[in-house]
Amino acid sequence: MKYVDEFRDGALAQSIARAIAAEARATRRYSFMEFCGGHTHAIARYGVADLLPENVRLIHGPGCPVCVLPIGRIDQAIRLALEHGVTLCTYADTLRVPASGGLSLLRARARGGDIRMVYSVNDALRLARENPQRQVVFFAIGFETTTPPTAVAIRQARAEGLSNFSVLCCHVLTPPAMQSILDAPEVRELGQVRLDGFIGPAHVSTIIGSRPYAFFAEEYRKPVVIAGFEPLDVMQAILMLIRQVNDGRAEVENEFTRAVTPAGNTKAQALVAEVFELRRSFEWRGLGELPYSALKIRATYADFDAERRFALDYTPVPDNKACACGAILRGVKRPQDCKLFGSVCTPDTPMGACMVSSEGACAAHYTYGRHAEAAA
Amino acid sequence: MCLAIPARVVEIQADDQAIVDLDGVRKAISLALVEGVEVGDYVIVHVGYALTRLEPEEAEKTLALMAEAGLLTEPRQA
Amino acid sequence: MSGVVKAAYSRPLDLKHGRVELSHGGGGRAMQQLIAELFARHLGNAYLAQGNDGVRLPPVAGRLVLSTDSHVVAPLFFPGGDIGSLAVYGTVNDIAVMGAKPLYLTAGFILEEGFALSDLDRIVASMAAAAKRAGVEVVAGDTKVVEQGKGDGLYITTAGLGVLPEGLTLSGDLARPGDAVLLSGSIGEHGMAILSQRENLGFDAPILSDAAPLNDLVACMLASGAELKLLRDPTRGGLAATLNEIAQQSGVGIVIDEASIPIKPEVEAACELLGLDPLNLANEGKLVAVCAERDAERLLAAMQAHPLGRAARRIGEVVADERRFVQMQTRFGGRRMVDWLAGEQLPRIC
Repeated sequence: MKYVDEFRDGALAQSIARAIAAEARATRRYSFMEFCGGHTHAIARYGVADLLPENVRLIHGPGCPVCVLPIGRIDQAIRLALEHGVTLCTYADTLRVPASGGLSLLRARARGGDIRMVYSVNDALRLARENPQRQVVFFAIGFETTTPPTAVAIRQARAEGLSNFSVLCCHVLTPPAMQSILDAPEVRELGQVRLDGFIGPAHVSTIIGSRPYAFFAEEYRKPVVIAGFEPLDVMQAILMLIRQVNDGRAEVENEFTRAVTPAGNTKAQALVAEVFELRRSFEWRGLGELPYSALKIRATYADFDAERRFALDYTPVPDNKACACGAILRGVKRPQDCKLFGSVCTPDTPMGACMVSSEGACAAHYTYGRHAEAAA
Repeated sequence: MCLAIPARVVEIQADDQAIVDLDGVRKAISLALVEGVEVGDYVIVHVGYALTRLEPEEAEKTLALMAEAGLLTEPRQA
Repeated sequence: MSGVVKAAYSRPLDLKHGRVELSHGGGGRAMQQLIAELFARHLGNAYLAQGNDGVRLPPVAGRLVLSTDSHVVAPLFFPGGDIGSLAVYGTVNDIAVMGAKPLYLTAGFILEEGFALSDLDRIVASMAAAAKRAGVEVVAGDTKVVEQGKGDGLYITTAGLGVLPEGLTLSGDLARPGDAVLLSGSIGEHGMAILSQRENLGFDAPILSDAAPLNDLVACMLASGAELKLLRDPTRGGLAATLNEIAQQSGVGIVIDEASIPIKPEVEAACELLGLDPLNLANEGKLVAVCAERDAERLLAAMQAHPLGRAARRIGEVVADERRFVQMQTRFGGRRMVDWLAGEQLPRIC
């Protein structure tokens, strides 16, 4: 696959690994947070950590939108299917997330809920067209990469007069989450979490551009290097971060120049701005309530807002007390540090969201990384 | 929310639709989020939409930078 | 069809436009007609022609191997096969990977009222062709019909009987550290052929199911003289599940090399598009072999000499590991675990 295989080349990996080992100063440690579920997955899947020296550590931040989706939102989706009898369309990633009452979307389907897995929001539009007598609701999750398609779909629904289509909007934003990490006491004051820089998300950045990250470089004096999706991109970005740290710089650099520009995709941004606006506050699993961190559908498109159409309340649901997802999402703990990891909490029986999505730090570590721990 | 893959545009259709090809796999996608995409271009595809065009010269530059990184250091003893 | 008593049916079955009715499973004339004009027409042989409640088989010299399987695949027709050929090859292969020669199959059909006879005809014809290709006979069958809405069109249950050569025991608990792990060909084709048909994943990939009978390949492997520990076919759950099963059963670890696993570019591309791991996809015409290290080359040569094993590769080795982990050296240079699939294989968007 062109533009994919070249960025997975093992020989180049070895040579960048040598460069990293040479330039990482033996006298200090480097901790970089990656902020993109895709990066978490790529790092685990390719064993990137094996190619890094011992003093360079990667922390998995809250870049997995399924992981930060609160239980209360899944409950809303389940209620739509079971109580309001809608056809609920969702990306596959959410199907197995445990929600309230021992349910998940998958279990709700087994109970008779009409819950359909879709690859694209277009599939939901198609279902709405083909079934005019049914209410079709699209469960919209995701960061800025996934929001523009939802915006396009809502405009399309209006243009076609698809009155049986609506969207349960749970889209969230990347910079506020980054800010909450950097503002957390563990990072700011207590020095518990060393954070030397960020590996910026790949595809979110194609949409928002590299400019929004300048705030973090300037305000918090943390380097940000936007990295492409493939493992070589991640390694190159780590090298660039190490260089910044060594030089005492805190800048935004772009490793993913083949797809990311400073301004980003302005067409997509405009479409999003037309359909959505900021929620004053939104609950993030593991991070708590964050201001201006998520989107809702504007009044002008209210007809397509499932929360309004079905008068849905939001009830926050606390996480299992022993679940360490919150700390893990903030980079304070590692999966292995959680009491439930690997015993009670496994991909088959997930207790928290970090385990249920394959991008979640716990699932990635369990599925791909357990071998690195000492033999039992 | 990241799973996206570069694929080659092989056909452009009405209403912002296109067909992309990835090693013989064809998929219908939407071009509603991009502009000026032509047959032969590579786009990054996510949930059925092209997010952006991939710039081939930048890709080459990045690969060159990566190759350079390795050349500046001596190979380490195992 | 010698031996079948031709009953006087008022009209032949309408195989073009007719549908399965409840009476076809009722045990009466309608069922006899369905058997005679559809099933026996394709599958007919001397055993079926006995026409009794049970089939008398000749004595078999050697230890018997028995296997059963149910087939609920949807869609019923997919690129490269259908539920009928899949049912035959699936059971033939279960017997074959025991090291046994498959001889006889049974086939039970649960039909949904309203199922198109043309589809049933096509499927049974496909079963007959598959049986012929595999060198087995379908010797007993059963037909039931359930009310419309109570079935998925068609379910097939098969059982297979085979005979083991003297002195051969292959078993999942025989893998030992140092043994070689071989794979007979490229992975992920059956799983992806099915996925490509499913409603919500609309793309036209030229991927055909690899469903095929492995008994002849196995016979060649046994004839090579290599010391085989075990054979497995990586069906549901894919190569990942099979390797983990072996590791668990034998109490060992396995390390494989990603670069050595054959995979067609289209399958790899389709997996990328959907966020799937080819190691978790089903295969219906491939096998994994574990053999003594010293015999690995010989065994590989025997596999590659066979049409179904041309792309065979040595993919890894068995190691000592109390944790029974399956690990993979990635193409990239790092190492990662290869775990069982958690739940169903679902595409990702993240």
